[in-house]
Amino acid sequence: MNADFTAEELAFQEEVREFLRSEFPADLKAKVDASVRLDKEDMVRWQKILFEKGWAAPTWPVEHGGTSWSHTQRHIFATEMGLYGAPEPIPFGMKMVAPVIMAYGTEEQKQRFLPDILESNAWWCQGYSEPNAGSDLASLKTAAVRDGDEYVVNGSKTWNTLGQYADWIFCLVRTDNTVKKQEGISFLLIDMKTPGITLKPIVLLDGFPEVNEVFFDDVRVPAENLIGEENKGWTYAKVLLTHERTNIAGVPRGKRRLKSLKNIAAETDDGFGGKMIDNASFKQRLAEAEIELKALEYSELRTLAALSVGNAPGPESSILKIVGTELAQRMDEMFVELAGYNCLPFVPEQFEPGFTGEPIGPGNSASAALTYFNNRKLSIFGGSNEIQRNIISKAVLGL
Amino acid sequence: MDFSYTDVQQMLQDSVQKFVQKSYDFDTRNTILNSEKGYSAENWQLFADLGWLAVPFSEEDGGLGGSAVDLMVIMEEFGKANLIEPYTAGAVLSGSLVAELATGDIKTMLVEGIIGGELLLASAFAEPGSRFNPGSVATSAAVDGDDVILNGIKVAVENGPNANKLLVSARESGDVRDPLGISVFVVDASTPGISMRSYQTVDGKMASEVTLADVKVPASNRLGEAGAALPAIEVATNRAIVAVSAEAVGALEVLLQKTVEYSKTRKQFGTPIGTFQALQHRMADMFIQCQLARSIVIMAAMTLDGDDSAEEKAKAVAAAKSRIGKAIKDVGQEAIQIHGGIAMTEELDVGHLFKRVTALDLAFGDGDYHTQRFAQL
Repeated sequence: MNADFTAEELAFQEEVREFLRSEFPADLKAKVDASVRLDKEDMVRWQKILFEKGWAAPTWPVEHGGTSWSHTQRHIFATEMGLYGAPEPIPFGMKMVAPVIMAYGTEEQKQRFLPDILESNAWWCQGYSEPNAGSDLASLKTAAVRDGDEYVVNGSKTWNTLGQYADWIFCLVRTDNTVKKQEGISFLLIDMKTPGITLKPIVLLDGFPEVNEVFFDDVRVPAENLIGEENKGWTYAKVLLTHERTNIAGVPRGKRRLKSLKNIAAETDDGFGGKMIDNASFKQRLAEAEIELKALEYSELRTLAALSVGNAPGPESSILKIVGTELAQRMDEMFVELAGYNCLPFVPEQFEPGFTGEPIGPGNSASAALTYFNNRKLSIFGGSNEIQRNIISKAVLGL
Repeated sequence: MDFSYTDVQQMLQDSVQKFVQKSYDFDTRNTILNSEKGYSAENWQLFADLGWLAVPFSEEDGGLGGSAVDLMVIMEEFGKANLIEPYTAGAVLSGSLVAELATGDIKTMLVEGIIGGELLLASAFAEPGSRFNPGSVATSAAVDGDDVILNGIKVAVENGPNANKLLVSARESGDVRDPLGISVFVVDASTPGISMRSYQTVDGKMASEVTLADVKVPASNRLGEAGAALPAIEVATNRAIVAVSAEAVGALEVLLQKTVEYSKTRKQFGTPIGTFQALQHRMADMFIQCQLARSIVIMAAMTLDGDDSAEEKAKAVAAAKSRIGKAIKDVGQEAIQIHGGIAMTEELDVGHLFKRVTALDLAFGDGDYHTQRFAQL
């Protein structure tokens, strides 16, 4: 048994570090360190730098512009990105719709959509959840009715992340009402500029309209935008959901945030002449978080090792999702605790691009509560943690 | 043994309930939140007219008795409505401090002003380095003839933006954490040398960071004896802690109730999600947390109203705030989780209650701070 990297892997790790140090733009680094939100332009700019390097899509096959990296190399790359604070690509195009197009799309669809995803010329968003179809996604109702060479789409989607930036949306739509709910769903790609689509922003607890409701009113979509066969969309979607759950453990980000907690604790007065880093109870919880992160990291490595010898990702991804998100949320609580009264100001604009005023409170302290509120989503989205526990009890424990 | 309210307390509860049910729904609250002042001056005057602003004061001070249990009765109902008006900051904390420290004409003037509703006070205790310890005071007070010159920075001054007067803790002698040497001064908010950075808090209240630069006040604005204010600050803070804890009990109760209601109507997989045993047990746990929270706040309020020593009272209050902190995290987070995405939005009151209880957890020290305080007392 060993968890060491080979000499080649270590060299690769150094190459990634060097690349990040020299190529991740300083202004973006400054934003990340100050908890300022990256806007569309920031994210596209970084993604294009990765594209130039040939590293835009580590998980893609080489024929489509991927890297031919091993699972371990991909892990090293994701780890170094996370540790450095460089954002992962927006997943909707790169990690979610692209694998479906590759697996089930026509040659024409691949030519048409994949290059723009790889080069970040097109921003994708997701049309899955509906107001009455959340954890029970298969009960979705947005309907697509075939009319000649087109589908006519009517209905609404919700929890659509950053749709305000999007050029395209991939949707699950109902094409057959007469069969079992999973069997009447199709996978449709829709141009966001199509007449009849309207977006209604949903403001979340941190004050930012991160998600939208998307309404479809007689939206006419060319039938050539259907992926695979009609009524097979649920099968394709399940593939996509597995991809959504990889990398969800967030170990690198956890490590970066743990370091940040320690730094902040070392500077935070305890009110009695000492610093919070020496507060016995805080220290204990910091240690517990660090230990949990270790256990999570090695669980992820074990999953990785299994993938490397060709095993498909199974219910392990549910463990990583549950533990990763709940640990992230515990760290959010600790940031709030350290910030104390300094996280009370509700000044979301302070963390938006272009803010030039003087921030209230030291450092990023006023972002702590906003992040705590926003990250409650982690245990809800991507298959809620309740759904993940269902998967474990059914698929692993056979209950 | 009898845990029921007196007839007078029952009437008080009925009257607050009637007000919030009739005049403080979610939309009304949002309108007040987005108004220029960030609170409703009419509501504040109504509180005065109904006698609620007199509740924190003893009868001999011209109030309605000043018991902590009375405050608990009011605050629980305010918590249910997620009220924005600064009752704790303006009436409980500042009022109790005035009652404890002030004497003579200045006391009469301040108490009458608070009870009448025309005087809005804010207490400025916390500082950049003090965290939750009101005994850590770096703001200085230097006697200059018949005046005193104040210099320092105060943070998280709730109601600061709307206050006519500030009650400022400042040090006349000793080092920063010396329990002796702290005084409280009444300072007009318009005094030259005071500058404020005002903001809305995550739970919709108004607060300020206050900088005092050579602020000159008459020495007669000192409340009580020079350098002897800390015990009174602690007494007033303890009463304010009972107030915010009771507010949290009310808010948590509503979070539980709304979660249970939602689980009965929200259907997934063809059945209300409340039929899933995994969720039923978690809602049962939320109920247990709410009950324990209520119990410990009653304990703390009764202890404050009883004859125990100052130390025993402080210990009871620390116990309550510590236990409430745990209930806030458990019930608040579960309410969001069981609702799912919809509770992450500004459109639903559940998220706003969650933000309120999160702020209440921090108010006057979080659960962890008070657990340690309890252990040390």
